[in-house]
Amino acid sequence: MESIEYRNCLIELLYQLADDDFILAYRGSEWLGLAPHIEEDVAFSSISQDLMGHATLYYSLLEELGEGKADSLTHNRRPEKFRNAIILELPNGTGTYLVNPDFDWGFTVVRNYFYTLAKKIRLDSIKKESYEPLQHIVKKISVEMTYHLMHWETWFIQLMNSTPEARSRMETAIKLVLEDFEGVLSYGDLGDQIVTLSLIESEATLKQRFIAELQKKEPIDLSMKMKNGDGRNGTHTKHLTTSLAILSEVYQSIPATEW
Amino acid sequence: MTLEERVMAALQTVKDPEIPSISVVDLGIVYEVRTIGLHVEIDAMPTFSGCPALDIMKRDMTLAVEDIQEVKSVTVTYIRNPIWTTDRVSEKGRLELKEYGIAPPEAHDGNEWRVPCPYCGSVYTTLDNIFGPAACRSILYCKSCKNPFEAMKPVSI
Repeated sequence: MESIEYRNCLIELLYQLADDDFILAYRGSEWLGLAPHIEEDVAFSSISQDLMGHATLYYSLLEELGEGKADSLTHNRRPEKFRNAIILELPNGTGTYLVNPDFDWGFTVVRNYFYTLAKKIRLDSIKKESYEPLQHIVKKISVEMTYHLMHWETWFIQLMNSTPEARSRMETAIKLVLEDFEGVLSYGDLGDQIVTLSLIESEATLKQRFIAELQKKEPIDLSMKMKNGDGRNGTHTKHLTTSLAILSEVYQSIPATEW
Repeated sequence: MTLEERVMAALQTVKDPEIPSISVVDLGIVYEVRTIGLHVEIDAMPTFSGCPALDIMKRDMTLAVEDIQEVKSVTVTYIRNPIWTTDRVSEKGRLELKEYGIAPPEAHDGNEWRVPCPYCGSVYTTLDNIFGPAACRSILYCKSCKNPFEAMKPVSI
């Protein structure tokens, strides 16, 4: 490792990559049994399982860098230590997966499609130049996520070109997602150092690529914000706290159990 | 037989718990076996990173090799580089997948992905769902013999 600064920046970036996939995998898993049709249930569960696998790869690298066991990183870390973008922790709709789940499929499609596209752009950048073990992980993830991008793009394009009601609900969903989507493209307070150390290209470059790619599909206004704050700096909503409590309920009941 | 050969033979008995007709060797996940005295090191390649069978296969590989009389210890490590692709499935493995009703991976030809039915061999098949009951499998339908079937999802770099 080149320096303490390099190590700190690498760890910061790894938490961002890991926590994004981790929390979105959880949100995806809440759809199990509730997706629009059985084929989607199979596909979405498989995608969520893959995302959890991607998070595991990043956590295993964090483990090697001395951050602690992967299980502990996910189950024992306080919400303010999480580095995921806030848009990814927001609930799928009202109710919970157990009680009155009134989940929003349009929101889910937009969030997953935009995230998967941004993820691809991010990983492509890391492939060019970064920490070598991270590049190996990213190569593996890129192969698997090709199918995810195809999947969400199909849903996005079909719903955008469907009935007027579908179109209007999609437009509402796009507005909602964009209100916090800047958070996905942010690297937080250490951003400048992360870029200077060549761990990834600049936020502005990736944002430009993201907008260009998306506008090839749909000429929509893509001005974005971080309405709820920057998750990369540890700012989160109560929804992250609730999700982590549910996720770690079994682990917390008997922490010594072998997984 | 050398110790390496005996290790490979032991690994042939370890099956993928989700596709019990194929061994980890024929699936292509065993990358390298090294013996250091009586210690055995196995480098394995994960198929899909979220596959829940990975830990089970790691345990089963360890137990199978530990059963070889002179082996003192075994370490199985999932490596990150290079990555597993479906090209690594052996010819024998392709037949074993078919026996279990899973069409072996086909090479991608642009966007076209022609998968012959593992039951009747017809190529008059359609893709129902690229995602299937396991991370590595897709769901297809044969319009000739009217059977739904699964195919190994093609993975290439």
